[in-house]
Amino acid sequence: MSSKTLYDKLWDAHMVTQNDDGSSLIYIDRHVLHEVTSPQAFEGLRLANRSPWRLDTNIATPDHNISTDTEERSGGVAAIPDETSRIQVQTLDENCDFFGIKEFKMNEMGQGIVHVMGPELGATMPGMTVVCGDSHTATHGALGCLAHGIGTSEVEHVLATQCLVTKKMKNMRITVNGVLSHGVTPKDVILAIIGKIGTAGGNGHAIEFAGQVFRDMSIEGRMTVCNMAIEAGARVGMVAVDEKTIDYCHGRRFVPKDEMWLQASAYWRTLVSDDDAVFDREVSLNADDIIPQVTWGTSPEMVAPVTSSIPHPEAQPDVERRQSYQRALDYMGLQSGVPMTSIEVDRVFIGSCTNSRIEDMREAALVAKGRQVADTVKQVLVVPGSQRVKAQAESEGLDKIFTAAGMQWREPGCSMCLAMNADKLGPGEHCASTSNRNFEGRQGSGGRTHLMSPAMAAAAAVAGHIVDVRPWLKDLGHGETL
Amino acid sequence: MKAFTHHTGIVGPMDRVNVDTDMIIPKQFLKSIKRTGFGPNLFDELRYLDQGEPGQDCSSRPLNPEFTLNEARYEGASILLARDNFGCGSSREHAPWALEDFGFKAIIAPSYADIFYNNCFKNGLLPVILKDSEVDLLFSLLFEHEGFELTIDLPQQVVRTVSGEIFQFEIDDFRKRCLLEGLDEIGLTLGKAETIKDYEQRRMAAHPWVFGAIK
Repeated sequence: MSSKTLYDKLWDAHMVTQNDDGSSLIYIDRHVLHEVTSPQAFEGLRLANRSPWRLDTNIATPDHNISTDTEERSGGVAAIPDETSRIQVQTLDENCDFFGIKEFKMNEMGQGIVHVMGPELGATMPGMTVVCGDSHTATHGALGCLAHGIGTSEVEHVLATQCLVTKKMKNMRITVNGVLSHGVTPKDVILAIIGKIGTAGGNGHAIEFAGQVFRDMSIEGRMTVCNMAIEAGARVGMVAVDEKTIDYCHGRRFVPKDEMWLQASAYWRTLVSDDDAVFDREVSLNADDIIPQVTWGTSPEMVAPVTSSIPHPEAQPDVERRQSYQRALDYMGLQSGVPMTSIEVDRVFIGSCTNSRIEDMREAALVAKGRQVADTVKQVLVVPGSQRVKAQAESEGLDKIFTAAGMQWREPGCSMCLAMNADKLGPGEHCASTSNRNFEGRQGSGGRTHLMSPAMAAAAAVAGHIVDVRPWLKDLGHGETL
Repeated sequence: MKAFTHHTGIVGPMDRVNVDTDMIIPKQFLKSIKRTGFGPNLFDELRYLDQGEPGQDCSSRPLNPEFTLNEARYEGASILLARDNFGCGSSREHAPWALEDFGFKAIIAPSYADIFYNNCFKNGLLPVILKDSEVDLLFSLLFEHEGFELTIDLPQQVVRTVSGEIFQFEIDDFRKRCLLEGLDEIGLTLGKAETIKDYEQRRMAAHPWVFGAIK
């Protein structure tokens, strides 16, 4: 077999040894750590009297449970009011200091959501294996690397051995050809894909996103797509390296320079699936068929075009699916047959590792500019993904656009995506959210999440209900299109 | 790692598809820096009528009578019978920690999310995969018979009912061996330290930019 997929190439390049029992030892190039899934791993190391295999592979930052409130953040870690949260962030700091691991601390330039920070600093690069105790690690696959989430036991295993014991996944290619129409974003593409293959559709597979839509897409857009591979069941999502990838990496802090840059970028250009490579599963969609998407239920697969109505459970052929649709409608407090655009929103969240990069901020600002948040909306949080995104957005005046519209401009962190901090929904509240999961209680106990793009979320904030953003964008010149 | 060989116990139902790890253990409990103590908050939002907070004494909280696992007949359940794509979503290992801390030794479902499946083995929790039709049958037996028990025999890779029905299941050799022997995976991998170092030398020569940049 000479023809290889991108995944095959990355796998082969990292194979340390194949074990007799069918498993393989795979070498890990980059390990990203945060406060929530690492403390037990560090404790395990200490208890076994082990130390990290390598230090220069690890990079850490707090993101999940820290406050996004500027005043609260200004007091530093010692001022975090919730004791358990404070201890968790302090524990990360102490562990990184003790073992000598590079950490971007809470208020330090460089800090951010792990999956925003890694690519932004050039800490994650094409051709690497990247792991993190977080299921959205597939985000980094947008750079043509093999990236996936791991559990805490594996965090400890990687710290101690620089390897993972694992089995190769199957290859799956999702091709989207054509050109996205005006106002259709990467978020809409991945939601449409999840709607098509289902939340378990990619189980056991590494997904490569291919076709003109992804070639045309920016690297940040590809990150949004790869980020949600896990919502389609796949631990790994990736896009082949092209000149956009190389350009994106160039000049970033941890990326090689000079002679080594030439060597690295020459290698990176080989990181594409061979023309005649065979995939275990192929799925394709047409760009023409994709319009802005919104979730109506409690699983990312419960998604529909914004122009449609809430589906009827009885129209589902399968009993389990009928039941889960009905349960979702009951939880969401929604009626079948009602137009998606009639859903009123109480809060809006623009942020998360899916949609908190500078392009996402610009996209939301384009819609928010000169408009006002509806009176019926209680709160709109705009949470940049990192300190760098925040600084860049402020230098472009985006923060002023948001605050003038009545939105809150916050400090970087995971925020209301998983509601580990004070940013959360109240019971029964509907939220237009740019995050990745609409599970029951995900954004707060009893909260009701509708996933959508940053442009759609900003429009919902202004309209007070879910709305098709496309007509709002008609007047924009093509230079300003999404 | 804890070993698993055989287990016989009461079966409890979780009769819905796509049970996510947020449902298994909600985020507020992830602030803990320990591996233990998550059992009282397993399925917290379904199990209790009030909102749970970390550090709370759960024994006096109001139970949700509509949550099936709260029924007296499932008290002491140690095998969870579940549906497709169990454990989807977040990679939090707190999910298997909570199941294990509650008293579950094994799960039976037609399919699991990849990361959750992997995490179970690290904690001596056996995720058994049976066919859809077999899981359907077990659900009907479970609902019909109070105190319904199953035996899981890992060496033989079978699930047995008390009346003698047998369901065969598949499992990877390496995962089976680790569970049977309760092996320390890190110790095993460190046993190959020389092989890892050899690989590392080759990689450092070919792709030097992967090393040394982060200081």
